[in-house]
Amino acid sequence: MTAAPLRLGSARREHRMRDGEIERIFRDEAGRVLATLIRLVGDFELAEEAMQDAFAAALEQWTALPANPRAWLVNVGRNKAIDRIRRQIRLRAKRRYIEAEAIVASQALPPAADEDAFGDDMLRLIFTCCHPALSMETRVALTLRAICGLTTEAVARAFLVNEETMAQRLVRAKRKIRGAGIPYATPSADMLDERLDGVLAVIYLVFSEGYAGTSGAALMREDLAREAIRLGRLLEELLPGRSAIAGLLALMLLHDARRAARATADGDIILLDDQDRSQWDQAQIADGLALVERALRAPERPSVYTVQAAISALHARARHHQDTDWPQIVGLYEVLVRLQPSPVVELNHAAAVSMVDGPARALDLIDALTARGDLAGYHLLPSVRANLLNRLGRREEARAAYQEALVLAKLDPERRLIVKRLAELE
Amino acid sequence: MQYLLLIYANEAEADKMREAGMKEMMDAYRTFTQSIIEKGNFKAGDALQRTSNATTVRVRNGKTMTTDGPFAETREQLGGYYLIEAKDLDEATSIAARVPSAKIGSIEVRPIMVYS
Repeated sequence: MTAAPLRLGSARREHRMRDGEIERIFRDEAGRVLATLIRLVGDFELAEEAMQDAFAAALEQWTALPANPRAWLVNVGRNKAIDRIRRQIRLRAKRRYIEAEAIVASQALPPAADEDAFGDDMLRLIFTCCHPALSMETRVALTLRAICGLTTEAVARAFLVNEETMAQRLVRAKRKIRGAGIPYATPSADMLDERLDGVLAVIYLVFSEGYAGTSGAALMREDLAREAIRLGRLLEELLPGRSAIAGLLALMLLHDARRAARATADGDIILLDDQDRSQWDQAQIADGLALVERALRAPERPSVYTVQAAISALHARARHHQDTDWPQIVGLYEVLVRLQPSPVVELNHAAAVSMVDGPARALDLIDALTARGDLAGYHLLPSVRANLLNRLGRREEARAAYQEALVLAKLDPERRLIVKRLAELE
Repeated sequence: MQYLLLIYANEAEADKMREAGMKEMMDAYRTFTQSIIEKGNFKAGDALQRTSNATTVRVRNGKTMTTDGPFAETREQLGGYYLIEAKDLDEATSIAARVPSAKIGSIEVRPIMVYS
């Protein structure tokens, strides 16, 4: 069953609202409208179809904005869902449709102005979309489609698959939700922390794809980072006072604040030490700093996001690169290695150590890391090594290490940066 | 909804445990089964004999072929099952997590198909 096409600018609307305005409302409200419709009608696909029906009706009927567009859309969507079920009853006269109609008809609509009721529905849907019984890539796609209200085409573009493939993936996901009985529910208290970690992992993945995406157009990546931040803010609003959420949101805001300074107009990478810090988004940094402080004050053990945000905060606070509080950064990386042992974190730790104890000490750490072989094939390992060797005046070895990095680097901007470093060695 | 919990574990390791005295595991299973009967989740459940006692049947071009053992060599073998009634997947997976073999093997949770 395909959704009714949206007829923008229908001739039947005499006093037209601007199409852009209506589309923006659809975009902003889609997540909450869908979440509440799913609760009311009890089925993901039916709710989606009903929402499309409601959007089509709005395009036809809205001459001015209703007092509460979300309540209007939910109300019309619910009635459209009942219409659809009745059609099924006429077509098949099956008992399950008759039961379904009775259930939907008996569900009370939430009061139009009840933000909490809409919020609860939204939170339930977030946990459904990020359920661990779905594959990670499905969770991400479903979240972008259902919660963020991105079109299937936009989600497909973000993951470099064609629209048909993505549509199939989403259909399979909705079938699994129904077939396997994945609940539309906020997990019980004993499962909440664990499941929240899963939701945060989805948001962080969306952000990482947007921040350092290995593929895709820059514009789309910026959208993804923005969506991830929007999701973080939404979750922070729906589940207030959880330090892991505040930490992740802070991390994303602080990283994203540097976006404008991270690359030249030609797409060349500018590393932290060379960035024009006046281009950093100070309002966003202030936001991120306040959040990270709140997350660090929380009584529970800081999450990995909070520690990473704290590192980012120290960079953000330094007016110049040489003002950076490296000893504290080294300390935070040591905390991070304990919380989440990973060779990449160790590599970052070694780079920070070089700023405190000097490149010779850091080189020992890097050589130990290299010997373990965990990061074989990762171009940043020889890159960092080359940087240390150069600072120690061992230029020949530095050149060899950069050449090794050049072989491993896959993305053009990364390769250009290494070529530039090689040229600087001459 | 009804779910089948398929209990997969390594038979060779289970044999070793049996030699070492299975009492602990048996007790854990007895306690677990009793608890899901009391909560009303239990529909059915059995342990299976080893896969070396299994026979596989397939029909190709009208001819029945009967072979020894399961189809493929895998690291873990189906060793038993529970059929349970649960409100949703979250309840089913939390019950699955309590199956004693979950600690040594894995439990596959399969919703039962409903024809309507």
